[in-house]
Amino acid sequence: MTYIPHTERERQEMLAAIGLAGIEDLYQAIPEEVRFPELDLPEPLTEMEILDELLALSEANLDTRHFTCFLGAGAYNHFIPAAVDHILRRSEFYSAYTPYQPEISQGTLQTIFEYQSMMCQLTGMDVSNASHYDGATALAEAVIMALNHHRRKRGKVLLSSGIHPHYREVVRTYMRGMELTITGDESLATGVPDLAGMIDEDTTLVAVQYPDFLGRIEDLTALGDAAEKAGALFCVVTNPHALGMLRPPSEFGADIVVGEGQPLGIPTSFGGPYLGIFTTRQKHVRKMAGRLVGETTDTRGQTGYVLTLTPREQHIRRERASSNICTNQGLMVLASAVYMAAMGQKGLRKVAELSYHKAHYAAERIDALEAYSLWNGGPFFHEFVVRCPRPVEEINELLLDFAVIGGYDLGQEYEELKDHMLLAVTETVSKAEIDNLVDALEEVAHA
Amino acid sequence: MPEPLIYDLSSPGRVGVKLPDLDVPRAVLPDGLVRDILPLPELSEIDVTRHFVRLSQLNYGIDIGFYPLGSCTMKYNPKINEEAARLPGFAFTHPLQDPEAAQGNLALMYALQSWLAAIGGFAGTTLQPAAGAQGEFTGILIIRAYHADRGDTKRNKILIPDSAHGTNPATTAMSGMEVIEISSDERGNVNIEELKAVCDDTVAGLMLTNPNTLGLFDEHVRDICDLIHDCGGLVYGDGANMNALLGVVRPGDLGIDVMHYNLHKTFSTPHGGGGPGSGPVSVTEALLPFLPGPIVDIVEEATDELPPLYGLVTPEKSIGRVKSFFGHFGVHVRAYTYIRMHGGKGLRAVADHAVLNANYIRVNLQDTFPIPFNRVCMHEFVAEGQWHDAPDVRALDIAKRLMDYGFHPPTNYFPLIVHEALMIEPTETESKQSLDAFIEAMQHIAAEAREQPEVLRNAPHKTPFGRLDEVQAAKQLILCCRPAWLDEA
Amino acid sequence: MEFPKDLKYTENDEWIRAEGSVGIIGISDYAQEHLSDIVFVDITAAVGDELSKGDSFASVESVKAAADVYMPVGGTVKDINEALPDEPEKVNASPYDEAWLIKVEITDASELDALMDADAYEAFCADRD
Repeated sequence: MTYIPHTERERQEMLAAIGLAGIEDLYQAIPEEVRFPELDLPEPLTEMEILDELLALSEANLDTRHFTCFLGAGAYNHFIPAAVDHILRRSEFYSAYTPYQPEISQGTLQTIFEYQSMMCQLTGMDVSNASHYDGATALAEAVIMALNHHRRKRGKVLLSSGIHPHYREVVRTYMRGMELTITGDESLATGVPDLAGMIDEDTTLVAVQYPDFLGRIEDLTALGDAAEKAGALFCVVTNPHALGMLRPPSEFGADIVVGEGQPLGIPTSFGGPYLGIFTTRQKHVRKMAGRLVGETTDTRGQTGYVLTLTPREQHIRRERASSNICTNQGLMVLASAVYMAAMGQKGLRKVAELSYHKAHYAAERIDALEAYSLWNGGPFFHEFVVRCPRPVEEINELLLDFAVIGGYDLGQEYEELKDHMLLAVTETVSKAEIDNLVDALEEVAHA
Repeated sequence: MPEPLIYDLSSPGRVGVKLPDLDVPRAVLPDGLVRDILPLPELSEIDVTRHFVRLSQLNYGIDIGFYPLGSCTMKYNPKINEEAARLPGFAFTHPLQDPEAAQGNLALMYALQSWLAAIGGFAGTTLQPAAGAQGEFTGILIIRAYHADRGDTKRNKILIPDSAHGTNPATTAMSGMEVIEISSDERGNVNIEELKAVCDDTVAGLMLTNPNTLGLFDEHVRDICDLIHDCGGLVYGDGANMNALLGVVRPGDLGIDVMHYNLHKTFSTPHGGGGPGSGPVSVTEALLPFLPGPIVDIVEEATDELPPLYGLVTPEKSIGRVKSFFGHFGVHVRAYTYIRMHGGKGLRAVADHAVLNANYIRVNLQDTFPIPFNRVCMHEFVAEGQWHDAPDVRALDIAKRLMDYGFHPPTNYFPLIVHEALMIEPTETESKQSLDAFIEAMQHIAAEAREQPEVLRNAPHKTPFGRLDEVQAAKQLILCCRPAWLDEA
Repeated sequence: MEFPKDLKYTENDEWIRAEGSVGIIGISDYAQEHLSDIVFVDITAAVGDELSKGDSFASVESVKAAADVYMPVGGTVKDINEALPDEPEKVNASPYDEAWLIKVEITDASELDALMDADAYEAFCADRD
């Protein structure tokens, strides 16, 4: 019995102390007819044996260490400094619970406070919470916050079609209980200026992504102004990696900035766990869901940190809480804090620029190929769309022979983009690997 | 001693990680979209490492000592789990890879889906919800969708016992449904007479935590489920307390229709100082079509030569996505490893020893601390942290004093139906010696409460920090620090 | 604990002082004691709002709890205590005097009859503990 320390003698002593004859007697309250079922599970393996099984499973995948990965679409392959995992492995961090007893949790609390601070500086906002599950749920929480801000008197939510499709789906799932109009994303043709034109007195929130799902970046000031005029809240969904180089959304007048923190020191790990960033202006802090760490002093006069504004949360407000969120992404917050500290001001700027230039080199070279063309007309960050001469699925299968994992098949998300591929290039991709991709694309262009 | 803030350790110009130089031509930067300043810290690697290592030393964790936080199941986090999740073949896969290029991951998820269903007595599972609270939300949406699908739209009420975790009513409100609170009777069970009175055709369902937050297995659970089913509703099971039931009883056999698990409680994945968790949801056959998608399924059966081909499918009446991608895969790997190393008998042993440990502490403290509902409990029990002959001492003071004895306190002030509650859950990974040391400390503290109450009121004395002023934190609301030079700029 | 005789009280711990047709409303000593240190007061009603009995017009927060405050009777808001949000601790120090929340023009004076007087409210509070 793997992690259970009891000896037979100790079990007997304990049962005697409790006054019971056997272990089964602990379960009198359980209806007899359904007690002690045999669970349909495989026979257990020891630690030595399981490693073999896990290795076999993990090697039944293609991984981005052995293949050059050009997939982005909300999860990115970035370089993670060794220091990050080294700290994540400290069991004082990972075997601790939520810091409800602050006297013995200052490690966790101060880490969160530093994360909150760095997120504010990255996004240009005044306050950050201790994180949500991912970018998608952070956006859903932004919608809830806007609804509460307007005291449920406004019923329209505008979402840009450039927001990640999963995020828009999650918003719709979350809002099922409410009578809302969620619109603006029906067609790719609806650009940012058109979205601005749709804002009215019934709009509670207008949201766009920057850089958007197709890699595009643009000045959002006019949209911010239009939102402000109508009294609607303006939310920008962002990629913190891009903010190493790009103007923070605060400069466009954003009220709320959310995003996916996975690029900050978290491996792609087949989709999770990731990190939902949520930041806002000071005036909205009480409507913000999620955990929040604040500075204070202890009885000995030392500066310390505690969870604060807890009455907003589910364990006190119960049905009057604005959200049911309980967990934050603890360890992922730690990972991103260590990453941001280790990379620092210069590192984050450089890594963003490396991605930018490499992506533009790749786009230029692919555009020069006869059979492919670059779809993006304006500025983009590190992702771009390419029109392909044949179905993306076929191209990607053939690219595997060149040790390349090709980009995302956009036909799955946007009707207008059948046979279009979304490619991401990060700092981890070398010139040689980009040239290899271009050669490969050329070779597989025709059946 | 406090650790300086990361900004205070920063020094302008200092660089941590070095990156290779650009190896492609420079493109033109986007006009008007490049930021001027990036006010992040500047430290060398040694500074970063020391800072976070020193911070870690200010924390208490399961790897340091006993952590009897009721309702959290603070069991030992097996180290093999950490190795498993970090295998490059798991950690460095992209969620949007062609499923044929991710068969190992899909096989793992499929197995975990099946095992969780088997453990709970259900027909299928989604691994998508990111945490228990999200699992609850998923479950309530499934219940609502089920009724709507049958054309039954007047069911807008969810019944919730008063002992429930705060996430239960919060989830219900989020789904746009009405909360009807049901009180507990004198034995700590759901008040069945009250339940009978409210069961009608406007009830969508009941949210039940069993064993409940008092650590008690409801003596009428089958009747409760029957009552709800008879009036056309469904029963949602909050699986936070599953540690007491592994191999002992399957909630599906008791009448639960949909349930979430907390992988970070029952299945040993790390709590991480607050997360990440994972809250898979299992359902009966009738509710399978409503699961959030995508889930993993076999798209081509195995042959003599080939293993099955796994794929991602969205159930036909799915409530939609609750999260991007597929869920917390890194946490799934850890739970898979845990279940694989235990098997059915191993999981049963987990429940047996969790329940044994809780009862052992209970009988050893029952003469020192008032225990309402004092009978054989499951994996946890609730004591009152107050005595009439020590009027100045409360649960909070007992908790703070425990830290001086080297223990993490039990859960305070929950459930709300017990005054000055102390919820104690030892878990199965604690030895008898560990429990005896805790019992002794609790008995000392009970004595101190009468003889030297100020020692408790001013505790903790031996920890790196004393009590922190929460009123001050809420009033001054300093939620981030700014580097000094930013304000000068 | 104080229960001023000239006030009327609700089961949700609001008090109202009727001065002619004007009602002054706040939360009771019992409420502030149970909430403990108040850190935030949010008066959501605005001058001119027409509110009914039972409408929420404010919320009061401490470190351990948050409470919504409801209209004991219907009325039109004449005045709100603008200074209070800057000094939330006044709710603890002076719940019946300096920490009044709003003043309203009472719509229907007969609604006051349904409320508890000081003795009834004191008995009600004694029962709760």
